[in-house]
Amino acid sequence: MSAEEIEDQMPDWSAFRGVLIFIEQRGGIAKKVSWQLLGEGRKLADKLEVPLMAVVMGDDVRHLAQEAIAYGAEQSYLCEAPELKQYRTRPYSRVILKIIEEVKPEIVLFGATATGRDLAGAVATHLPTGLTADTTELDVEPHPSRLLLASRPAFSEKMMATILCKKYRPQMATARAGVFEAIPKDETRAGEIIHIENEMNESEIAARVVDFFEESHSINLEEAEIIVAGGRGLGGAEPFALLKDLADVLGGVVGASRAAVDAGWIKHEHQVGQTGFTVRPKLYIAVGISGAVQHTVGMSGSEIVVAINKDESAPIFQFAQYGIVGDLMKIIPAITEEIRKRKEFLGIQIPNTESTEAIESA
Amino acid sequence: MLHIVVCIKQVPDSREIRIDPKNNTLIRQGVPSIVNFYDKHGLEEALRIKDEQGARVTVVTMGPPPAEKGLKECISLGADEAVLVTDRGFGGADTLATSYVIGETIKKVEEHWGTVDMVFCGKQTLDGDTGQVGPGVACRLDLEQLTYVSKVVEVNEEKRTVMVHRLLEDGVEVVETNMPVLLTALKELNAVRRATLPNMLRAARYKPTVWTTADFPNIERDKIGLKGSPTIVSRTWVPDIRKINCTMITGETPEKIAEHISDKLWEEDVPKKLGWTS
Repeated sequence: MSAEEIEDQMPDWSAFRGVLIFIEQRGGIAKKVSWQLLGEGRKLADKLEVPLMAVVMGDDVRHLAQEAIAYGAEQSYLCEAPELKQYRTRPYSRVILKIIEEVKPEIVLFGATATGRDLAGAVATHLPTGLTADTTELDVEPHPSRLLLASRPAFSEKMMATILCKKYRPQMATARAGVFEAIPKDETRAGEIIHIENEMNESEIAARVVDFFEESHSINLEEAEIIVAGGRGLGGAEPFALLKDLADVLGGVVGASRAAVDAGWIKHEHQVGQTGFTVRPKLYIAVGISGAVQHTVGMSGSEIVVAINKDESAPIFQFAQYGIVGDLMKIIPAITEEIRKRKEFLGIQIPNTESTEAIESA
Repeated sequence: MLHIVVCIKQVPDSREIRIDPKNNTLIRQGVPSIVNFYDKHGLEEALRIKDEQGARVTVVTMGPPPAEKGLKECISLGADEAVLVTDRGFGGADTLATSYVIGETIKKVEEHWGTVDMVFCGKQTLDGDTGQVGPGVACRLDLEQLTYVSKVVEVNEEKRTVMVHRLLEDGVEVVETNMPVLLTALKELNAVRRATLPNMLRAARYKPTVWTTADFPNIERDKIGLKGSPTIVSRTWVPDIRKINCTMITGETPEKIAEHISDKLWEEDVPKKLGWTS
């Protein structure tokens, strides 16, 4: 079948209007990616001149339905039930399928988190419709096509690809945390909360969440405001302790390039970029990182980048506002000390530097 | 005895793919094909269950004929049977069309080798990178689904339950569900074994079962291949990452450099942005 023939078969989608965002939460606290998606969804909805809607599921999560409105939604679909306290695929997908059936949104977005991917994969297959994974850029074509242009890194982040879903509705995508920006929270924004009944009894749900334990050392790169990241130029695991000291003084976390993770100097949970995390901190300090595209794609949303490298021709300097050429073993402790002094001068308590166990080698 | 199906995919090792700087195209030549490594962790876990409590392990893949090599590798590691689903009609499938064909394949596997209790998929593939086929297959077959599994705590054949750890962004979830179940494997799940000599000899002689569209008389043609794929790639490009003028910070001593960069951060209002000052 040629592209033209597919074109000819384009069904009439006029019944499908609006952008729907899944609000992911644990224990009544929303994941930041949810608000970031609302921010991006707001742009898409405005361009299409359609409503932006949020889906909030859980137990005792009414405040999140209100918060979603403060973050840009016009309507929040709220489904509260004890069965929805913890995420489980079947009851969550049942609720969202019911909402999609009733509301007929043209676009549905989920965070590209473990939960978002688990849910989106099930929902898209059920409908069925197309689902684009891990998008980092979203746009829409204007009327009449109204197509979602869902773009994502491909081939280990070496290329970008734009993916369309022409023949099915809704158009669905998961989107990476940290890529999009939330709009400022505005408590005065008005919106409607629409209650949805949960129809699935506990007896119909096989899955049982027995326990949940927070990873005591797990770091949250995606939500970090300061990241001090190390790469191949560190030459080993030990210098990461210096990076940790600096991160502690700054109140940030330690990141790493793939080279450092592959070398076994640091755990994968610290990896920025390719097969790691996309980050958008206020300050990103790249130490001994050469700046291959696989890394810079993941950190290019950083507000201020400082690069420290002994090789003055390293590509990372092309992405940094400030560059320092020199011996990181001397420069990093000096910066740590300088920041410590300045914070003390400002009268700011500096968090106790814990041991470096958080960055024990992989 | 438990019957476990492991879904694998033979993928180009995308870590080896380079961009031709002249015309911004991918250089795929000479890129080795490997069994997607998350899938191998799924296979390893199936083999561990087989070792511990006995199970039949059937490996399935959809792909071009050379994918047979990946299946033989799985046999050399200890899988019992392997099925290659191959046909031009299946080509160009996105995750929705793939999950349909894999679902139909598993139904056919059940006809041949008995009811399936567990299905393992990798967390995602190295080439597609979507992580959507696993949940898709679970949905097609109406299986319970447990994604991002970092540990299998218990497989209780009698009670027909499975308990696992799921590794999430913020912690570890311990969850139990009923068989039949589909699990997607993380690399944290286990360490993959090496092939043994007897299994290697078996693999060398082994001929995977090959099914084409002709073997699926009831398959819906508009749900497979390119036609059954809602998503289409409309454009690819090499990202043009912002390049900015870098201000180099210098100084005679590390202390001077530290002072200069700190001055710059203060000029950039970093302390205020971080809430250190109002």
